[in-house]
Parts: sequence; structure tokens; C-alpha cells
Amino acid sequence: MLSILRPALVLLALFTLLTGVAYPLAVTGLARILAPAQAGGSLVVRDGAVVGSALIGQAFGADRYFHGRPSATTAPDPADPAKTVEAPYNAAASSGSNLAPSATALKEAVAARAAALGVTPAPADLVTASASGLDPHVSPQGALVQVARVAAARGLPEAAVRGLVERHVEDRTFGVLGEPRVNVLALNLALDALTR
Amino acid sequence: MSPTLISDLIQIGLYLVLLTALAVPLGLYMAKVFTGEIALLGAVERAVLAPAGVPRKHEQHWTAYALSLLAFNAAGFVVLYLVLRFQDLLPLNPQGFDGVAPHLAFNTALSFVTNTNWQSYGGETTLSNLSQMAGLTTQNFVSAASGMAVAAAVARGLASRQARAIGSFWTDLVRAILYVLLPASILLALVLVWLGVPQTLDASATATTLEGAQQTIALGPVASQIAIKQLGTNGGGFFNVNSAHPFENPSALSNLLEMLAILVVPAAFCVTFGRMVGDRRQGRALFAAMGVMLVVAIAILYGAEQIGNPLQAGVVEAGAGSMEGKEVRFGVVGSALWAALTTAASNGSVNAMHDSLTPIGGLVAMLQMQLGEVVFGGVGVGLTGMLLFVILTVFLAGLMVGRTPEYLGKKIEAREVKLAALTLLIMPIGVLVLAALAVATGDAQTSIQDAGPHGLSELLYAYSSATGNNGSAFAGFNANVPWHDTWLGLAMLLGRFGTIVPILAIAGSLAGKRTTPESAGTFPTHGPLFVGLLIATILIVGALTFLPVLALGPIAEQVSILAGQTF
Repeated sequence: MLSILRPALVLLALFTLLTGVAYPLAVTGLARILAPAQAGGSLVVRDGAVVGSALIGQAFGADRYFHGRPSATTAPDPADPAKTVEAPYNAAASSGSNLAPSATALKEAVAARAAALGVTPAPADLVTASASGLDPHVSPQGALVQVARVAAARGLPEAAVRGLVERHVEDRTFGVLGEPRVNVLALNLALDALTR
Repeated sequence: MSPTLISDLIQIGLYLVLLTALAVPLGLYMAKVFTGEIALLGAVERAVLAPAGVPRKHEQHWTAYALSLLAFNAAGFVVLYLVLRFQDLLPLNPQGFDGVAPHLAFNTALSFVTNTNWQSYGGETTLSNLSQMAGLTTQNFVSAASGMAVAAAVARGLASRQARAIGSFWTDLVRAILYVLLPASILLALVLVWLGVPQTLDASATATTLEGAQQTIALGPVASQIAIKQLGTNGGGFFNVNSAHPFENPSALSNLLEMLAILVVPAAFCVTFGRMVGDRRQGRALFAAMGVMLVVAIAILYGAEQIGNPLQAGVVEAGAGSMEGKEVRFGVVGSALWAALTTAASNGSVNAMHDSLTPIGGLVAMLQMQLGEVVFGGVGVGLTGMLLFVILTVFLAGLMVGRTPEYLGKKIEAREVKLAALTLLIMPIGVLVLAALAVATGDAQTSIQDAGPHGLSELLYAYSSATGNNGSAFAGFNANVPWHDTWLGLAMLLGRFGTIVPILAIAGSLAGKRTTPESAGTFPTHGPLFVGLLIATILIVGALTFLPVLALGPIAEQVSILAGQTF
């Protein structure tokens, strides 16, 4: 029995040190040297203050900003920790809606969001919750349908805002991979810079 | 064809070409690693094996091999369980999380030891950095390496003639980590960091959003865990939403690399097998059978998601597909392709919420797991699972032509067929019996999120995923209750060791047999006829077992949706 237990315990200990401690710490050290900005979460700094992460969406509700996708993230209810309350773009607890395609709640939520947007048919990404609840992107169409609202709220010509959106469309990587998309935070930062 | 369709097909085709191009050299390399032809790290290997008391040229009978594997995994389970239970007393807990509840610690420990990596826990809200690193990351490596060792031992058993031993578990384990998993993970982790995956010991960053709100952004040593979770077909994420989280999978390029990492080692094992048994055509035949089934699964899953949800017709732009629970940067094709791969392999990481997949898309994902994850499957165990079906197929073919079945010159006799047939019972017991018990005791209903047939699908998916050691979920299903944590844990145990031990027994038995030379009467196991028979055997066994319950779940849901019925 010892001939089996000894290697089991010794190798488990050695591999815990090698793969569980040395490996992540070595990668952490190398990452800090090779790509410190990304390793730290790709934080975006404006006027010396951290305003978010380039990779993580944030909740936008004001008319003067482009809005991201619906987010299904929640947070503990301050009144009763056993319950949760809606907290869109809670980057401390990622979550999707997990609603079934046949769920009445999904059908109604999609219809309500489309009605609020006032565009029929609506771009799919603007009326459906993302997988992570933190999707930083919308589709180019999803940004373009918001141009009129944003331009009116800021008193800018629509053409200027539309041009800004078009400059922020990221094409497929290498022309092949993924989908065309617009990073909402980057777009809104550019908007703010425009009107300062 | 529409430009979207052309672009999507190019993405799928590109993936399949890259996968094959990577799998062949990796497979040949792994064959050399497991036969000891590459001894570049020989000194390190000895430095690890010597204190463990493993002699040079160590060889084990299959029973000792299997016992070593079981003892090693049992020790891993105990240590991981204790780390999780007492993480509040251990260092590296910047968020000050409590110790994990007993049923959740039991489930999570079993989940990682069996290479399932089912997430009953929400990573960023439950686990300390020490639990994630020393606990989970370690098991990501060693559970994957255990599976790889099994495949190496089985290939060795088939290749040897009248041998008593099938290799050394300890040597195989060490080689799998030192030569394959660790270097590949370091490389992939650094590339992922460059693409935006965080790697820091800080728990979070705080931002003031443009609208003035406070946003707490969870961080951590993410990249190092993501790299091994994909390469080792583990799949347990750092974050709750797994690879849909922008920090786990920030871009289209990271998506492609991670999808390649999911299948490259399992696919390479076909090549390794062919090389080790000295007939590369045999490896190619297995690769072909798996490849055909994968392409069919991708086509159906992609088609279903691209057609989208008829209930949203008119409200949502036509042709956009089903975007609920998907991320814009991956789109429908990047999400559907991933869903097909992660359930073909026993990986189980997700980049879209499977609970919100269309009914037919969800059915494909579920069925791939119920077939035993033999379409490339888990690292090592996917190949050996497929070999169990190969044994059944040559047996059936032998019955049809009235000859003693043979595989690679070894006579397949009653003992091997009985053992292989026994493993066929694992999936039905784990999925149907345990899920039925959950329904009968009323414990299923409290965990189900969605009403109607989809509720049954959630339950089925959970038990299929656990028994298949996959780890993905219809995540609306609340599995973190004592009943499901316990039974899902046992399903994982059954699914893992209930197939590993019989296949090792078969390997041991075949190793002892003499090899008869090929003759005119030998049924060839490398041609298209055999590939077709093999696929038919897998589908008949799987479909017959699970078709009735699939009709009550996803198929009923699809019919309801077409009739405009919601729940």
C-alpha cells in the first residue's frame, strides 16, 4: 500500500507547488513585465481617475450617452442579503439572464426593450441580455440607431455623431474573425472629448 | 449566399483547418513523450520521481496502474476539499471569503478531481485566490494529466505483445505535465495576457463610471487558470459566466485561440494513438469518425442559432440570429462553434449561456455529452471512450460475418466485450436514474428556473454534464443545493472512474494477448466502412437511450415555440 500512497502524496505536494503556486506566480511576474496594462485589467484613466476598463461594459442610462446592451447582473439586496436586486453591469458578479428561449419573461422583455427603443425591427443585440452582463460592445447597427437621441441631447449635428460612430466601428479581426462591433465606453469617451 | 453566411463558414473552416494542422505535430510529439523517446527534461523528471520513490524503468500491471490513479485522485480530493472548507483560515484571501459550505466543497472538489469542473460556485463571489490557484489550478493540471496517462497506457497495452505491464502511472503523469500541459499553458497564458486577460494578485479595481457610479471590477490571476482550463479540457472558469466574461475571453482572436486549446490535445491523441500502436491509419480512422460527427454537430447547432427564436420575429431584425446570452464580439458563429466544441470535448467552458440556446442548439450540446463525449472528448479519456465503442463495433461486425472479432491483431473476447458493454450503462444511470430520483423526491422542481419542457431540459443537462464530466450548465438551474451538489458529485465520480477502470482492465487484458498477423479474413478497422459502422454504433446506442427523454425536453420546447406557446 505504501508503494502507492507515497508517490501519490509526494507528487500531489510537488505538483501543488509547481502548478498551483509557482506556475501562476511565474505567469503573474512575467505578465507584469511584458504587459502590465493588460495584466492589471486594461483600466482606462481620464484626468488621473480610473473611469472603467476598456474590456468591461458599464451602465449608461442618460440620453447623452450611447447605451450598451441589456445586462442581467444582480447584487445582494441591501435590505435582505438572501435576495438580490437588479444591478446592471455589476463587474463583481458576472451573470447572464439564462432565460429559456420559450420563456414568457424573455418574449416580454425583448418586446418591452424594442418598444422603449422605438425602432422596429430592433437590432438584436440592443434588446437581448448579453452572456456576461458585461458586454462592452454593441453592433454597429446598435450604435447607429442611437445617433439621433445622442445628437439631440448634446446639441450636436447628427452627421458629426454618426461620423464618430463610424470611426469607432472595429472590423472583424484580420477581416475574418468575430463580428464588427463598437466599444461603447470608448465611443462615449470620444463623445465627451468632442463636446468639452 | 449572404455575406454573413460566407464569413461564418470561413470562420468555421479556418478553425477546422488550424485544429488539424496543430493536432498532427502535437500528436506525434506526445507519442514520443509517452514512449520516452524525448528525454529533454529527464533530469527534472527524475528529480520529481525520485523523492516519490518511483524507480527508473518503473512498470505496472493494470491493477497497480489503476490503483495508483485512484489513490492519487483520492488524495487530491481530500486536499482540495480541506482547502475549500478552510479557505478563511488560509492565506491569500484578499476578499475575506468564508470557508465553502460542506456540500459545495464536496461537489467542487469532486468536480475538479474528475476533470468535470462543474461550477456550482460563482468564482469571483466565493473563492479565495489560494483556492483558485493552489486548489483548482493544481487539479486542472493533474486531473488532465491523469486522463492523458490512461490514454497512453491503453495505447501501450494494444501495442505490446504478451506483456504483463502497461507502463507506469507516475511516469506518465509527470511526463504529461512536464512535457505537454505546463509549457503549453505558460505560452497560452502569456498570449492571453497580451490579448487582455488579467493576471494579478489584486482582487479588484474600482472605477468611477462616466455617469458617476462606482464600479467594482473583479480581477485576479485569471490568465494562468484559463490557459490550463482550456488545454486540459477542464473548463471551470475564474468568473461565474466563464469564458463569456470579457476578462476570460476579451476578443475574437482570444476566442479562436481558446477554441483551438479546447480540442487540440484530444484531437492530437488520435495521432498519438496511431503512432504508438504502429499503424497511423488507425489513428486517422478515429480522427475521421470524430471529425465527421463534430462537423454535423457544428452545422446543426450553428443553423439553429442563426435561424434564431421565432417568438421574436418582427420585433428583432431578421437574420440576426438568437443573441440572448451571447456576446457581440463572438456573434452567433463564434458562440455556436464554441458550444459544439465544448460539449464534444469534455471541456465545458462556455462563451455563451447555454440555457438560452435555441431548443435544437441545446439538444445538440446535450446529446454530445450523452453520447459519452467521444467526439474528441476529454484529454486522453475521449480517445479511450471512443476505443470502448470501437470494441463494440468490431464485436458487432464480427457477429455479422461470423468471425472472432479482432482489433489491431488482438482477439476481442468475452471479457473485453463485457467490460465495454458495462460502461454503456454509465451514462443512462447517471443521467436518467439520478435525474429521475431528483424529480421523484421533489428536489428537482425547486432548482429549476424555467417552466415548461425547458425545465426538464435544465435538469437533464445538469446530470448529462456531470456524468459526462463536461461541466457546462444550463445555468439558470440552481445546482447549489445539498441534494444536487451531492448527487451530481456522485454522477461525476461514476462517469469518470466508471469508464477509466474498465478501459484499463481491457488494456491490461489485451496487453497479455499475442498479436495475430493480418490476413485476408481480417476485418479492416481503418477504412470508410469501419468509420461508418463506428459512427452508426455510437448514434444507435446514444439515440435509443436518450431519444424519449429528449422528446420530452428540447423537442417539446421547439414544437411549443413553433406553435407560439411560451411558459
